Amino acid sequence: MSFTFASKFKIQATKVTADLDHRAKIRAALKSYETARDERKAQYQDWQAARHGAASIKWESLNHLDAYLVDFVTKLSARGTKVFWAGNAQEARDYIVALAKEKRAHTIIKSKTMTSEEIHLNEALRQAGYEVVESDLGEFIVQLRGEAPYHLVFPAMHLTRHEISDLFHEKLHSAPSEHPEELTMIARKELRFKYIQADIGISGANFGIAETGMISITENEGNGRLTTALPKVHVALMGIEKVIPRLSDLALFLPLLATAGTGQQITCYNSLIGGPRQSDEPDGPDEFHLVLLDNNRTQLLADAEQRDALHCIRCGACLNACPIFRNVGGHTYGTTYQGPIGSVITPHLRGLMDWKHLSYASSLCGACTEVCPVKINLHHHLLHNRRNAVASRPDPSERAAFRLFAFLTRYPGLVNRLARISRPLVPFVRVVKPILPAPIKGWLSSRDLPKIARESFRDYWKKR
Amino acid sequence: MNEGKREAILGRIREAVRVAAPRPHEGSGRYDSNAIEVPQTSREWLPSVPLDAEGRLNLFREKCSQLRTEFRFLSGQEGAAAALADLRNKQKWTVLGSHHHPMLDPLVQSLGLETLYVEQHPQSKSLERCSVGITACDALIAQTGSILLTARSAGGRALSVLPPHHVVVASVDQLLPDLPAAFELLYEKYGDNYPSFATLITGPSRTGDIERILVLGAHGPRDLTIILLGTNA
Ligand code: SF4
Repeated sequence: MSFTFASKFKIQATKVTADLDHRAKIRAALKSYETARDERKAQYQDWQAARHGAASIKWESLNHLDAYLVDFVTKLSARGTKVFWAGNAQEARDYIVALAKEKRAHTIIKSKTMTSEEIHLNEALRQAGYEVVESDLGEFIVQLRGEAPYHLVFPAMHLTRHEISDLFHEKLHSAPSEHPEELTMIARKELRFKYIQADIGISGANFGIAETGMISITENEGNGRLTTALPKVHVALMGIEKVIPRLSDLALFLPLLATAGTGQQITCYNSLIGGPRQSDEPDGPDEFHLVLLDNNRTQLLADAEQRDALHCIRCGACLNACPIFRNVGGHTYGTTYQGPIGSVITPHLRGLMDWKHLSYASSLCGACTEVCPVKINLHHHLLHNRRNAVASRPDPSERAAFRLFAFLTRYPGLVNRLARISRPLVPFVRVVKPILPAPIKGWLSSRDLPKIARESFRDYWKKR
Repeated sequence: MNEGKREAILGRIREAVRVAAPRPHEGSGRYDSNAIEVPQTSREWLPSVPLDAEGRLNLFREKCSQLRTEFRFLSGQEGAAAALADLRNKQKWTVLGSHHHPMLDPLVQSLGLETLYVEQHPQSKSLERCSVGITACDALIAQTGSILLTARSAGGRALSVLPPHHVVVASVDQLLPDLPAAFELLYEKYGDNYPSFATLITGPSRTGDIERILVLGAHGPRDLTIILLGTNA
């Protein structure tokens, strides 16, 4: 298994990295984001203090998560919300499928939720015979392609308008178009009546507010609002780590999420939902179900050193900043959560030994840590994961290599002599390259060995 | 249906947090080393807002134009009625959606069009055919150019998002300085008896999902108009 995920990553990464078109596309897509984000950041009176404040609030809620969750759930239940605690993906899927059955649903409309990708909800619902429609434009596009989202926040950023036009033409029989505006209108028209038809709307949640018992949903398109307004049943899926203490904390988190995520001061719609339709309200779902998901989050929570990885508000800023993400692309990771944050948490969520290779998909430049709006110590956690992987299953060849290194540093004279002997051999390395063993061959495939100087520094110093 | 694994999950959480994580400013890497004191409010960090009423109004106007929200500041009911009549003619409105509210009722009636009131529980299908949804709101926010509304103040959940044009009518005393003030208002106004839905609307619906190019009117309204009444509103 370990071999499969790691080697898949390697093969895919090699391929995508060499794809210059891909690189140009990603660079172009991120350029306007970077400008907008920097402008927005500059408008803060104190961006660094805001990050620190957000990290402190997350610290507070995670270190007392039990109490905040109980508050949150009690408040929600009091206003008619049905709360279900799912220990793992299977339990969450089963609950939602059973609910669809009970409601005799036909069509289910979804607004963007990465947590549902994590538990592979769409497949489960489709297998049970329901039509599931993604309503976020980017998600709608990748769903039509039968692909996973490419990026936490920009699911279709790897596609050009031409590719999208071709896709719509093929799947929706629309006229080809060169204009993003026309393409958006095709999707809008396609989805309008789905909202009205749908029996169940499924959403995610960006925050849960313990003080008042509400979930907060951030979006730009309005699909989240329609998904939670029109169908008779609304199901929200939320990781247990998303709870924050107070309503007023949103005054900080909403602008922070938008600035880091899309370079907006605040996104177009930030909605709070605190229950099904109340008796004095004209519309809204009759039932509101909240599925709280653990799925190994408690395991990450138990690791005090890396607990801050649960601060993540899924803004995607660390992906945008990451030189590895920008070169290998989102699909290469093979995970629900891509980029630096995905590399940190996937080994916790899905097994260290299967996913430890992601800890090496990093230049350790720290760009991710620098941009993270909730100050997650991302690149250090990659090192922690490397350390933990080595500690739990040491690699004998690595150990031997370090022994050899330690031995050689103790005998500099020997190194000197070895260098002198091997100097004339260096040019032949190129000839024997193809038959060298794997790690050496890989290293040499894009590099030449440096020349060894005629005279070593030691000799020079002695003669001086 | 059941509660699922409530006690098992809470048990795991309690076990997990017995050891506290290092605080954000304590020895967690290069960028965290210069510890920052945590001030009491995010107001000191967020983009600043002028203290005087006129400054706020100007900021709100500026934000609206950046967001492509149509903003009209009018002195009274008559001005508002004229502005709406103008929009009606220009956009050839046929059916209106609205809710009953003392500030809205005379305006909506003055337009003389067929009107669906959410209090009569129209079907989503008919609401979708409205040319415009006209609503009140809880507050406007100068810092971000946002509108705060709830299911109770603005006729439920669908009226302000389903029709292609959303018109908000507000009075100038509803203009708040910043986001912290907006959440304070929500907390104080509704106490324990919250509406099931509240939203902050900041500009017309938009997407950048195709090549990161901005397109307005993704799934929600393509047009957003704010009519702010200056006096005797
Ligand atoms: S780790 Fe930080 S930067 Fe990355 S997605 Fe999460 S919050 Fe954003």
